[in-house]
Amino acid sequence: MNLNKTGTHLFQGNEAVVEAAILSGCRFFAGYPITPSTEIAELMAVELPKVGGRFIQMEDEIGSMGAVIGASLTGTKAMTATSGPGFSLKQENIGYASFTETPVVVVNVQRVGPSTGMPTAPSQGDVMQARWGTHGDHPVVAIAPGSVAEAYTATIRAFSISEFLRVPVILLLDEVIGHMREGVSVEDVQAVEHLERKRPKGSKSDFRPYRDDGSGVPPMANFGDGYRFHVTGLFHDERGYPDLSPEWARTLMKRLMGKLDAHRDVHEWVEETETDDAEILIVSYGSPAQAATSALRQARAEGLRVGQFRVVTVWPFPEDALAKYKGQVRAVLVPEMNLGQLRLEVERVMGDAAPVLGLHRADGELFKPAEILEKIREVD
Amino acid sequence: MALLDYFRTDMLPHIWCPGCGNGIVTQAIVRGIDALGWSQDETVIVSGIGCSSRAPGYLDFDTLHTTHGRALAFATGVKLAKPHLNVIVVTGDGDASAIGGNHLIHAARRNINITTICFNNSIYGMTGGQYSPLSPSHSYGSTAPYGNIDRAFDLCELVRASGASYVARGSVYHIAQLTRAIQDALAKPGFAFVEAITPCPVYFGRKNQLRTAVDMMRWQKEQMIPLRRAEKMDPEELTGKVIIGTFADKDLPEYTDSYEALIEKVRREVEESS
Ligand SMILES: Cc1ncc(C[n+]2csc(CCOP(=O)(O)OP(=O)(O)O)c2C)c(N)n1
Ligand code: SF4
Repeated sequence: MNLNKTGTHLFQGNEAVVEAAILSGCRFFAGYPITPSTEIAELMAVELPKVGGRFIQMEDEIGSMGAVIGASLTGTKAMTATSGPGFSLKQENIGYASFTETPVVVVNVQRVGPSTGMPTAPSQGDVMQARWGTHGDHPVVAIAPGSVAEAYTATIRAFSISEFLRVPVILLLDEVIGHMREGVSVEDVQAVEHLERKRPKGSKSDFRPYRDDGSGVPPMANFGDGYRFHVTGLFHDERGYPDLSPEWARTLMKRLMGKLDAHRDVHEWVEETETDDAEILIVSYGSPAQAATSALRQARAEGLRVGQFRVVTVWPFPEDALAKYKGQVRAVLVPEMNLGQLRLEVERVMGDAAPVLGLHRADGELFKPAEILEKIREVD
Repeated sequence: MALLDYFRTDMLPHIWCPGCGNGIVTQAIVRGIDALGWSQDETVIVSGIGCSSRAPGYLDFDTLHTTHGRALAFATGVKLAKPHLNVIVVTGDGDASAIGGNHLIHAARRNINITTICFNNSIYGMTGGQYSPLSPSHSYGSTAPYGNIDRAFDLCELVRASGASYVARGSVYHIAQLTRAIQDALAKPGFAFVEAITPCPVYFGRKNQLRTAVDMMRWQKEQMIPLRRAEKMDPEELTGKVIIGTFADKDLPEYTDSYEALIEKVRREVEESS
């Protein structure tokens, strides 16, 4: 897209991700083909060499995940893309990226699982896996855009969050967003801020790769720049050296888990529609939000007080933003293409304040606005 | 430079047991780097998980202790992103040949300029003496209490057949030959692989009647046959023996060079068409 010309450009979701990644400075991609994410690898193979970047098709998703972490440690912005089975394979190394605080963007174009499932059908079945897929407590960010235009801006934000907070960011597309064609406006793209990795200052010999500078996010040096530092997936001290003492484990985990809380402004992303006077709240994310928006319009036309709380950054879950509606709304609807995953978070936040009703499907079919509208009428 | 200057002295003492050969192999790597005059600032050492994979932590370079079996995948990312960096992988026999076997095959197939040193102690040391794909048939391990019925890999043969530029095997008993092989491997553009046979008296030795480090060294001395001598022996004489020497030393296209050429070609085409 020519950012110097105003207007709207037509993109497929997967294409939008590639363009936005390159615009964000992504110069390394490692992947392994899998439907419905394959176009991302194919387009990266075409585009990266044009900008002096590097593409590699690895032998599997485990290797792809390892390669992007290695590239990122040299100071190169790096991304990988996959779907269901491949996302499962990446998990161990996603945990490694999280614990070693290595920025990486992992796209998961969700398809119906479990197992090989339905390779070409959309799903949101990996929402909990995006949060808890790797072992152990760890910080992670996951973003679920609700349109192609948002897939574009979400990709830019994914790089910003990942680089700035040194955390893996999972871009949770679904097959619909990945393959749908929609317009993306240049103005919307230009409006997104790009954040970069914080770089160390001061002498190289005093450099401590995991020393907190007060922000919770230690500045990061590149391999090859003379800092000569150690990176390990063991519990590690400020120097990066193994330290498995319980005292240090508490200190490290506190900083690691706390850095996302301290920088909510960087990653929190919620879009609220007609919520001011809402009595019924739809909490949606990803492509079902489009059907939910249509249902909302029709319900409003019928005089029903419905609002939508669309979660774009699903992890960390925007609990305070949602908690505002406790006492205001009578019921909450959660349409999801799974058998009830983010609904659990919504229930946790709403507690006894309002009943939380799920609309769930994991059959490869999309929600129709009429289904959601019917549910709205039911609870009204 | 003094060898100690290549070590992170504040990381010592190391975790290895008395009689372990890992320090000897590590020293051979450092000697190779020193002989080639490689800059510590431009050399990245990557490892997997295991006793041997702890070696990079003691070395004063950019060092990356990754996940079990995956060192070559991480190293591929480092090398492809920044081809001017020297990249070395340190791996154990289990790390390289079992969980990481696929990455080993494909790194060799691509012939990416990474030097891989496999510390072969014929056992899983870190987890307490289970048999590995390189444990000899009939040897004992904690998961082979009645003797190992698996057949051992010839890892050098695998890597050679996969397309690596350089393949050699040595042992810590034959340290001069091992050090030379490592230096040649480091100097070789392309994928270079050295299997370094090293004693684990604590697990392999104890399970296999080689209780002391000296017993293990003697075992190495008796088992190893230099390639030049082996070539003159008939196969029967060679059963149960391990051949040390250089099995491949070829000039082949290197992966990051090929990618660099691809970038140039694509950019030229884009320029011409615009
Ligand atoms: C995914 C995974 N599986 C298993 C382990 C446990 N594990 C740690 S080291 C190791 C084997 C190490 O053996 P080897 O590679 O031969 O190295 P050595 O310790 O003998 O040097 C295993 C199985 C692990 N860390 N990660
Ligand atoms: S267990 Fe074996 S390989 Fe591991 S440190 Fe001890 S002797 Fe060395």
